[in-house]
Amino acid sequence: MDFVDYYKTLGVAKNASADDIKKAYRKLARKFHPDVNPNDKEAHKKFQQINEAHEVLSDPEKRKKYDQYGENWKHADQYEQARQQQQQAGGGFGGFGGGGFGNFGGGEYTYSDGGDEGGFSDFFESLFGGSRGRRSQSKYRGQDYNAELQLSLTDAYTTHKQTLTINGKNVRITIPAGVENGQQIKLKGYGSPGANGGPNGDLFITFVITNNTGFKREGNDLFKTEDLDLYTALLGGEKTIDTMKGKIKLKVNPETQNGTKVRLKGKGFPVYKKEGEFGDLYITWDVKLPTNLTQKQKDLFTELSKLSS
Amino acid sequence: MENDELIPAEDFCMYHNIEYSFISSLEDSGLIRVTALEQHTFIPADELQKLEKFVRLHYDLDINLEGIETINHLLEKIDQMNKEILQLRNKVIG
Repeated sequence: MDFVDYYKTLGVAKNASADDIKKAYRKLARKFHPDVNPNDKEAHKKFQQINEAHEVLSDPEKRKKYDQYGENWKHADQYEQARQQQQQAGGGFGGFGGGGFGNFGGGEYTYSDGGDEGGFSDFFESLFGGSRGRRSQSKYRGQDYNAELQLSLTDAYTTHKQTLTINGKNVRITIPAGVENGQQIKLKGYGSPGANGGPNGDLFITFVITNNTGFKREGNDLFKTEDLDLYTALLGGEKTIDTMKGKIKLKVNPETQNGTKVRLKGKGFPVYKKEGEFGDLYITWDVKLPTNLTQKQKDLFTELSKLSS
Repeated sequence: MENDELIPAEDFCMYHNIEYSFISSLEDSGLIRVTALEQHTFIPADELQKLEKFVRLHYDLDINLEGIETINHLLEKIDQMNKEILQLRNKVIG
């Protein structure tokens, strides 16, 4: 491993300010950057050298270490350890003062990496480790995805499985009975992948429920208006009505008034995530008066009218 | 276009630690194409390489938008000339 004179690489003096180093780097990088020198291996190599020098000299800690150990950089870690041990023992540290930069001249440096613009020399890796970054790359959580899922009210009545395609991936989800219109569920980790090792985002599914039935839904309760003929309303009887589960026969009390509301307990919508629990079904009777009366019907209603008055 | 060919601009910005306005400026200058879908901006996968190059030019080399436009134009010209040289060389050899 040959020693690398980073100051020489950037063409700056050893006492150059941070600003001078930055300017020198920018100037050289613009000249040798692989993006402006496509297919030029020499330029790529030169850029690696410039980048490595900048990586060290632009970081005060690294520059200090580099300046401090000079040509003795190979033993930097041992020196550090020794210094710490001596400090702990109360003995101070004065063991070496070494080469500094006076001995740098003429050093050639070699690169372990041929093509990649990010390649750093063995010298760099030994002194500072492998990690470095152009811009600081923090861990970022992936973006959340939002999706809408259209369901009919009939679909939402029963627990069922459905397969969604999210960004080309099939996601099979179980939709519990009783899900509400506009309700959102979160599928953790099904969003965009995280950056730099960050966690994946989440997938939020919003249910859009369209009503394909004659029922009006309010929470877990269902409401429906049913026609009732005058005679059944007056005299009572039975009426077959639809529920979400099928048809049922409902007893109609005599003298049922128009607009009377009947509650059918447990015949409403399933309660979300509470198996076996249902809301109620409310039936409102809409009494229909007969039309197109025959003469005989008219006579009878007239007679009935006289009886009532 | 399928969703898996598009990269959310937000993800790209987070990954590269850059401002969205930079992508927007590049698009305004006609240097890259982006796609808007449901209030989100996506970068077509085939634009990614070019966009990353512009990010490096701007953030690493401190080249402003006008400079990037000029460099891009010259690089395209160089690329075209290299192709012509290759064709002519092949012609001479052939």
